[in-house]
This record gives sequence, structure tokens and C-alpha cells, in this order.
Amino acid sequence: MRHLMNPMDFSVEELDRLFDLARDIEQHPEAYAHKCDGKKLATCFYEPSTRTRLSFETAMLNLGGSVIGFSDAASSSASKGESVSDTIRVISCFADICAMRHPKEGAPMVAASRSRIPVINAGDGGHQHPTQTLTDLLTIRALKGRLDHFTIGLCGDLKFGRTVHSLVNALARYDDVHFIFISPEELCIPSYLRDRLKENHLSFEEVIRLEDVISRLDLLYMTRVQRERFFNEEDYVRLKDFYILNKEKMNLAKEDMLVLHPLPRVNEISVEVDDDPRAVYFRQVQYGVYVRMALILTLLELV
Amino acid sequence: MLNVGQIEEGFVLDHIPAGKSMSIYYHLGLDKLDCCVAIIKNARSEIMGKKDIIKVECDINTLDLDVLAVIDHTITINVIKDATIVEKRKLELPAELKGVMKCKNPRCITSIEQELPHIFYLADPVKEVYRCRYCDEKNADRF
Repeated sequence: MRHLMNPMDFSVEELDRLFDLARDIEQHPEAYAHKCDGKKLATCFYEPSTRTRLSFETAMLNLGGSVIGFSDAASSSASKGESVSDTIRVISCFADICAMRHPKEGAPMVAASRSRIPVINAGDGGHQHPTQTLTDLLTIRALKGRLDHFTIGLCGDLKFGRTVHSLVNALARYDDVHFIFISPEELCIPSYLRDRLKENHLSFEEVIRLEDVISRLDLLYMTRVQRERFFNEEDYVRLKDFYILNKEKMNLAKEDMLVLHPLPRVNEISVEVDDDPRAVYFRQVQYGVYVRMALILTLLELV
Repeated sequence: MLNVGQIEEGFVLDHIPAGKSMSIYYHLGLDKLDCCVAIIKNARSEIMGKKDIIKVECDINTLDLDVLAVIDHTITINVIKDATIVEKRKLELPAELKGVMKCKNPRCITSIEQELPHIFYLADPVKEVYRCRYCDEKNADRF
């Protein structure tokens, strides 16, 4: 029995198979509509996350299965002091697979160690969110046709953004990926990630302004720059516009550059960009459902 | 020079960096042993200048050597039988440490579930970095 805790749990070959399956699901959804008949997914969400939970639930319903679960800790036994280990032992009696989100880092790993059913980490604090990374990779692979030989710009809060760290680690396994990190100095990539890229002789550069590099990008991964991350208001006001993607900046970009975003978007991508065919962040949400369908089928060994 | 008698059966921890012997004494749980334990501080050493030595008259297998490796894996262990050295053991950084260090990350699941064992894995053998098995946080201090 396998679980998914970290996007790196799967080898590149296993990811290829997963993404092939997800693409087949996209093209032939009817062939998968009853693959999970009689199976149940438990969504154990100890903190609210509407989009991720609904994506998992949609994935299971699309496969013909059903869903049980809770959407915040207050409505679970955790409010009575039950441990994660005990909860998963109970859930193992009810469901066939579990997606768990927890504010504490490592909680899904504890659950997996005690579980009789596959456990998927649906986000544990600031630690890992592997299905977001799988979603990002599938989107790139589906729309670019490959996961290698490109330049990707990652823009915004690169210090605290776990989706960025995860995506960089995952893409580092593919050939000839050049990373351009675009952020204010206060929010640059953490030193451990920079060291890892250097040790592995990966190609990267760090810049302050999006406008300076956008014309060179094949992919742009946007994240939000939050006001509270800055030491003072002046710095925030001075820098925030560098990290807002608008029509003007899109005019500088390649015709086939794709814009991704893990969502929710606040103001870092102007709504005027939404109609640009290169803006694929809402399609990314759809790929999130396909990849979760593929993941459920894989972990339940139904393929 | 101070003369501490040789032991018949047991082990000697040699080449301990000067000043670390008391930390080792407590972390190895030597204070809880019933046998004879001798601690020599600031002994003269050609290589180290000063060193500490611990002599213990008990079976070495009663000790958790992983703890010693994490404190300082360059410490030499001489196993003594019939008053002679029968084995010199080298310490290696263990791949995994269970119940030796505590994760200090307030966001880690171990911070709220007290019964969980604190497990660390060796993430970087060159820099001797251990990370928490649950949250991947670097261990903040090493004894």
C-alpha cells in the first residue's frame, strides 16, 4: 500500500505514468466514470480549504465513488482531544482512501504510519502540498507538451511559498530547466534551496523586477506578495507593483508563455489578464481534478 | 600526573573534546548506572592539547552509542576485557535517531501529540545535519 506525502515520493517514471493516466481521463472521462463504484474517499480536513477539498471530492465523484469527511477540526473528534493516529484507525474502518489536511506539519505522515488505507497529504501547514505540485506539473506537461527544456520564472513570495519550493524541487529532476526567481530581497528563495540548486549545478538566476525578464520566459508561475511579509509599509508600496501582472507586462512576454498560479489570486494578476489565452490558472484547477482522479486510481490500484 | 587505575571489564571513551565529558555522562545515562565510572577532565593529549576521558566498568551493549555519535563521532571507544583493549570501535553518524533529540518546531505535529517518538534522519552527512522525520525542520542544537 502506498501513500502520498511528498511530490518526490514518486519517481519521474511513476509521474509520467500518472500524468499519462490523467491525460487519458481528460480525453475519455466516460471510461472512468465507474472505476470507483462502491469506494469511499474520506476528506479529513482539520482546517478549512474549500478548493482543495472540493477538488478531491469532485475527483472521487467523477470516478463513481462517494465521499465522507469533515471540513474543520471543530467538527471532528480532534476537538475532543483525539490523536491523528486514533482518528485514522477509525477512518480506516469507514473509507477506502483518505485525503488529509492538517495545520501541523507531519500530521498526514503520522496518519499514514497507522493507516490501513492509502493516505494523501492534502497540505500540512507550511510543509508540503504534493497534489498542488502534481497539478502544476500536469498543467505544464499538458499545455507545453514537456517538463524539460524551458525557462520558468517564479514570481512573488518565494521565501514562504511552499508551492514554489515544491515545484522547484520537482522540476529540478528534469533536463535543462532554467529557473528565474523574481522577488523582492525580503522574499527571495531560502538559502537551503539556493544551496541545493548550486550543489546540483542547476541553472538559475535571481532578479528583482518581472519586467526585466518576462520576455525570456516560457512559463510564469505567479504567487501573491502579502503586505504583512514586509518590514515596513514604504517597502511594500515601493515594490508591490513589480509583482502585479497586467496587460502591459503581458505585452512583453512570448506569445506562447503560460501563466500559472496556485490560487487564490488577490491582486497580483490583474483581471484584465484573465482573457489572455496564455493565462491558464483556471485551466490549472481543472487539471487538479484530473491529477487527483489519476492519483486516487493509482493508490487504490485500480489501473 | 593524576593516575586513574585501569579497568578489568568495560570500556573507555577517549579523545573526548575537553569539556564535553559531563554532557556525555548525562546523555549516555551514565549517572543512572550502578557501576564504577571515572571521568578525567583536561588530560594532556599530544593531538588535541587537552582531552576528556571516561572509563566505565560495565557492558558496552547497555549504552546507546547513537547518542555518542551525535555528540561527537570522532570520539574513540576502547572495549576492555581482562584489563586489555580487545576492540576499538569507530562511531558513525546514524542514519536515523529515535528519541535522542526533540523537534523544536512549534508547527510540527510532535508539538501537540506528546506520545509521538521524536525521529530525525541524517539529511546531510557532510554538514552533519539532521532533520525531523515529520516536518523536515533542521535540529536546532546538538547537545
